[in-house]
Amino acid sequence: MRIELVKRPQQSALFSALSPFIALVLTLVAGAIMFSLLGKSPLDALYYYFVDPLREIWSLHELAIKAAPLILIAVGLSVCFLSNNWNIGAEGQFIAGAIAGSILPVMFPDFQSWIVLPLMLIMGMIGGAAYASVPAFLKTRFNTNEILTSLMLVYVAQLFLDWMVRGPWRNPAGMNFPETRDFHQYAILPEIWSSSGRAHWGFVFALVAAVVVWFMLSRTLRGFEVKVLGQSPRAGRFAGFSSSQMVFFAFIVSGALAGLAGISEVSGAIGQLRPTISPGYGFTAIIVAFLGRLNPLGIIAAGLILALSYLGGEAAQISIGVSDKVVRAFQGLLLFFVLGADTLIHYRIRFVGSAPRNAEVSHGNA
Amino acid sequence: MKTTLETSNANLLEVRGLTKTFGTLKACDNIDLTIAKGEIHALLGENGAGKSTLVKMLFGTLEPNAGEIRWDGQPVRIANPHAARKLGIGMVFQHFSLFDALSAAENIALSLDDKTPISTIAAKAKALSYSYGLPLDPYSLVGDLSVGERQRIEIIRCLLQAPELIILDEPTAVLTPQEADKLFETLERLRSEGKSILYISHRLEEVKRMCDRATVLRHGKVVGHCDPRKETAASLARMMVGSEVQAVVRSPAEGSDRAAVLLQVKNLSRTPATPFSIPLRNVNLEVKAGEVIGVAGVAGNGQGEFFEAVSGEVRQAAAGTVRIRGKDAGNLSITGRRLLGAAFVPEERLGHGAAPRMKLSENLLLSRYATDRKAFLGAAGVIHDGAVASASQRIVQAMDVRKSGTDPEAASLSGGNLQKFIIGRELDRQPAVMVVNQPTWGVDAGAAARIRQSLIELARSGSAVLVISQDLDELFEISDAIAVMHNGEMSKPIPIAEATLEKIGLLMGGAEPGHVEHVAEPA
Repeated sequence: MRIELVKRPQQSALFSALSPFIALVLTLVAGAIMFSLLGKSPLDALYYYFVDPLREIWSLHELAIKAAPLILIAVGLSVCFLSNNWNIGAEGQFIAGAIAGSILPVMFPDFQSWIVLPLMLIMGMIGGAAYASVPAFLKTRFNTNEILTSLMLVYVAQLFLDWMVRGPWRNPAGMNFPETRDFHQYAILPEIWSSSGRAHWGFVFALVAAVVVWFMLSRTLRGFEVKVLGQSPRAGRFAGFSSSQMVFFAFIVSGALAGLAGISEVSGAIGQLRPTISPGYGFTAIIVAFLGRLNPLGIIAAGLILALSYLGGEAAQISIGVSDKVVRAFQGLLLFFVLGADTLIHYRIRFVGSAPRNAEVSHGNA
Repeated sequence: MKTTLETSNANLLEVRGLTKTFGTLKACDNIDLTIAKGEIHALLGENGAGKSTLVKMLFGTLEPNAGEIRWDGQPVRIANPHAARKLGIGMVFQHFSLFDALSAAENIALSLDDKTPISTIAAKAKALSYSYGLPLDPYSLVGDLSVGERQRIEIIRCLLQAPELIILDEPTAVLTPQEADKLFETLERLRSEGKSILYISHRLEEVKRMCDRATVLRHGKVVGHCDPRKETAASLARMMVGSEVQAVVRSPAEGSDRAAVLLQVKNLSRTPATPFSIPLRNVNLEVKAGEVIGVAGVAGNGQGEFFEAVSGEVRQAAAGTVRIRGKDAGNLSITGRRLLGAAFVPEERLGHGAAPRMKLSENLLLSRYATDRKAFLGAAGVIHDGAVASASQRIVQAMDVRKSGTDPEAASLSGGNLQKFIIGRELDRQPAVMVVNQPTWGVDAGAAARIRQSLIELARSGSAVLVISQDLDELFEISDAIAVMHNGEMSKPIPIAEATLEKIGLLMGGAEPGHVEHVAEPA
């Protein structure tokens, strides 16, 4: 017995629209099973995960803080994935952006002016974009696989940050803790609504980025180019679009947005550089991008959902005492079901009997 | 084979009521077909008539929904190609399934089920190939062989399994007339040995010449069985199409001596991009306003490379190698050349000329966004959907493109209708220079006639039209002169009044007077 995936002649529009929701429901069901295997009441666990964090204003602010980097990164990744560039290294670009953006407040703490923050944001974007252009260069110049190179550069960035905060950038007044000095007041990304909670302007950046990229993708020639080169590169070449230029464009856009997310997180939510500044936003954003069906507006919703899973993880850790690794399991389940549902929209499953078939079945497509 | 026991039954294969449906489409509807021992049976029909579907059911790659297949009088179920071969059915596909990097013998070994050593296979293949007059060196690399030689491998591979019935799918589509003659001799020899052949073709002349009986399919149904030798090409065509095909009218080109040269290719050379592509060797060609120049040649002799170089998908280092309307364009991109007034239609429709999953209107934008920037794009490259949609509607009407829905995906159109749209997309611009590769490949007769007529009309309205095609009938129908590509070289164009099938055929085989044979260069 063998299982085959057979391409469907037509995709159901209904199920294409429903698939993120089906994936969510399946994730909840699988999550409930996981909790009962852990010996916890599944209903309680799901309540603490997905309802409790939404009950108070301050925790909605926390939700926005977590959602901001996810949305920013995922919006950039949607440009990459739609143009068939598999940037898996947003986590590294996030860190590169955070480091580049922190140069001013860490190395020149006496330079205090309103211009510091805008410069930091711009330098953060440049840092992320520059870091992302490394796999783009390797892909266009040497035809390397960008999945591997961008992923490996994540570890380079993480270890570089670790070294920076323990070595050259360690806070001279910080009693040898591995962290930089606290950012001064002009280097802090302000809160949107300081009276009610901590949410900073990073969330606004995320919403603006999502709308701008949505407009670019759906209404402009550049967006058309992204889609053509992603779907049929040869037709794109016939149209006169340059695929190597597109590789750079996609990586630089997504790197810049990841870098902006990085510096916003550091200057908005943390206030200094530490050895670890991200709970895996760059990887979780891949799930966000697919859950949002690579549509920047869908990504806003998907980003909020994944942000909720982070908050819920913290809440559930405290209230029912499950490991914070459960969050990762949840996110993994969600990605699995999203991709599974998408696959089943395009293919149906066929069970094939064990009759020996010849290797030359492939003749059939002649 | 138990053939001796069944001699009373003269029919080798009987098919009754064979039906195959894909969704709501009946690709084959209640097909009846009998093939006698020792006959060459033609299967005729336009593209999309159901020929391939029928053949795939006979060879076991598709399973019928209903109907019966009898082999030697016994009902059989052909579950897969392996079973088909076991019965004694062999098939030579139109698109070869050979690995370029392996030798001929290794390719043959791959298709055999038992573990025979390569040397034995090579010896057998060599003996067989010589005995049928299809000489073949079993140790040569497939990548180095011509298309005709590759077809020989396919045929030898098929014959090695001693089939009773051989199915040939459009075998002459890739051959020169002389190579085709060789093939016909082999087929006649096989017939004299009592083998049966199912011969799929849309070339009526060769069917008339060689086949004993013909079965004609139209829209998935059998419309008739006949003896092709008693029919005329016109009557066969009528059976295939179901109505008279409108003949293409070609008015003579006027004053072509004084006309301006709109497209000029000068000393164009190109080194091969991959080990298996053809270099271009000093190609020269001029197309004047008002004329259609045809480029003939067996597939894979550099036409694809030539098209890429002329269209600008691949740029040249020297600007003067391609001149469009008198301006150097060799180092311009395809967009730059379009802006000079040139339009291009590539061979492959899906994935090259059109993005399959995109709507027709988006596919219009694909090749027109630069030339019609004012109409289609606003500030910051914002697309004017309305303007694009109405232009695409205009093309659909002008070319009579049949489709479902107002703006369907390109992939949902039939090959002929999509090709009409792609050609119409360029004609709509009234380009000064039009370069088309395989304008009617895989297009039904009605649509093909329309496309050919529109190319002639474009030329007569003052444009220069260059048509690359493997279909000689087509080139003779529309060209004012025909040049031939062979092994990356272009012959001088022969004016249509002096061109004969034989002359062109010899050039296609590389027999140009004074022609220097190029030794394969180290890759």
